[in-house]
Amino acid sequence: MELWQSLPLVSIILPLFSAAVMIVLRGKGARAFCFAVLGGETLLSGFFLIKIRAFGQSYTYPMGHYPAPFGNEIRAGLFEAIALFFFMLILLLSLAGGLHKLEEHVRKERMPLYYAMILLMTASLSAQIFTNDLFTSYVFVEIMTLAAAGLIAAHGKGRAILASARYMVMNMVASSLFLLGIVLLYDLTGHLLMSPIRQQVAALAAEGQYKLALIVVVGLITVGLSIKSALFPFHSWVPDAYGTASPASAAIMSGLVSHAYLFLLMKIIYRVFGTELFAVTGIENVLFVFGLAGMLIGSIVAILQQDLKRMIAYSSVAQVGYIFMGIGLGSRAGMLAAAFHLLAHAACKSMLFITTDALIRASGGSSDLRDLRGAGFRARLTAAAFAVGSISMVGFPFLGGFPSKVNFVRAVIDIDPIHRIPVLIFLVLSTWLNTLYFLRAVISLYTMGKQDQPRREERVRTGIAYALSLAGFIALNAGLGLFSQRIINGLLSGLSMFS
Amino acid sequence: MILTNYAEIAAMILFGIGLMLLLLNKNMIKKIIGFSMTDSAIFLYLAAKGYISGRKAPIVTDGVTSAEAYINPIPAGLVLTGIVVSVASSAVLLALTVRLYRKYHTLNLDEITDRARKGEE
Repeated sequence: MELWQSLPLVSIILPLFSAAVMIVLRGKGARAFCFAVLGGETLLSGFFLIKIRAFGQSYTYPMGHYPAPFGNEIRAGLFEAIALFFFMLILLLSLAGGLHKLEEHVRKERMPLYYAMILLMTASLSAQIFTNDLFTSYVFVEIMTLAAAGLIAAHGKGRAILASARYMVMNMVASSLFLLGIVLLYDLTGHLLMSPIRQQVAALAAEGQYKLALIVVVGLITVGLSIKSALFPFHSWVPDAYGTASPASAAIMSGLVSHAYLFLLMKIIYRVFGTELFAVTGIENVLFVFGLAGMLIGSIVAILQQDLKRMIAYSSVAQVGYIFMGIGLGSRAGMLAAAFHLLAHAACKSMLFITTDALIRASGGSSDLRDLRGAGFRARLTAAAFAVGSISMVGFPFLGGFPSKVNFVRAVIDIDPIHRIPVLIFLVLSTWLNTLYFLRAVISLYTMGKQDQPRREERVRTGIAYALSLAGFIALNAGLGLFSQRIINGLLSGLSMFS
Repeated sequence: MILTNYAEIAAMILFGIGLMLLLLNKNMIKKIIGFSMTDSAIFLYLAAKGYISGRKAPIVTDGVTSAEAYINPIPAGLVLTGIVVSVASSAVLLALTVRLYRKYHTLNLDEITDRARKGEE
């Protein structure tokens, strides 16, 4: 075992212990420490990505060198490395971009605790990406939920606390179901590591034993993770949570937290149940139908919103629907499309949430879409970034959203018409609706109303960190669009070493 | 079969009661009680599944090292970990409830939502 193969373990432990250190730090020292750790983690994941790409296959890292059925395991491959590197970039950019607003929302002596929450979230993110043990994944799912509740509540106002409490209640339901699923699976197979469970589950399925029990287990685990990642009928906590949280928190929640659960779900489908069992139980079709419904209903409700942040939040529900639809297709191509959309949506939605704050300030503190008129002239860079994010969402070429939509079409183009026709219809409808509400917002940013003429040209002042973060986000989205083929090839070989 | 698995049946009934409390009750404190019930039910189920009748707790006494003499220790470990997670979650939710009660002077989630919407603050 070579030294670089310990990097996944380091990427879990480093932020975990840094979060504990954060408690004794104050003021600027805390901020510098947090950014140093996150920057270090980003470099580390980038280095790991290069190494694993050269290595060319996934490997299992036994913790404490105990052999397979006894110890705890980490498993890393190309897909994991790409996902962690992207998520770390997005986290760093979101935190840098939202920092100035965060310092208004959170009292100064509380900021180290906020950073501690971010680091805990990072640790559980990389643990969920790398772990090969179901119970470990449950523990880190819970840590992530608690950290996310803290991120929402950090705003401090009554509505943010309420949103955080609602988020917690929904997530408690989800984690109870998820835990019950894991416990029943342990009861059926006698293992907690993913690969031995897979063998036992395959043996049970081949013998035709415990059919109903396996369906219940697959259902419980899938529903638990769907609630946490805001699949359509369980999305009730989304608009409040994303709409009231500070922009950095909203960006991190929508970009990282919900997608980490989706990543875990993909991993469990591939490594624990196997795609065959997942197809046989019929849960796949349920995800497919609810994904399609989410795509449409999320977009329709987004059109009805008058509040900028709530509109983006409902758009998130629609985009998560795309990912679930891709998973529900049950083919390798569908999973690939879902994996690419995971990255494209995370990059795009985080940028949109970061821009909301300066746009709201440019329109006199109102987040109503009608008051945003002309804000594009008062906050130029922000409005440009918002426009880039919007056209990426809509599926404009050269940006992340376009190759992702092409992937979905490619995934369904030569399969049975029961899947193909609804996907194509809903894809067109949802894209059309996306265009409707995003372009409405962009157009209103760049139109001057009559009553706006006498208003003094007051440019919104933003820091250098904010400008750099937006530039980074725009570059990330453009990179996803321009180098899409290389990323897709990477994801494809990552997925083939995933199972 | 059903007649002998008392603990498992009790666990599933408790889980159902807890989940319904957590989902349907308006009172924040009762929601948290419901959450504790669901988790306790899962722990009861785990403990019942780990027990092998006629064997002892997995602590080596009198020099007996054969695995045949002891029950499965892993579920106990899982229960301990689960209890820690469950306590942490309940504590966070209770802290949020205290903040909400100080602000809105009620524990009813619907009323809190109403007041938050009216107050806009």
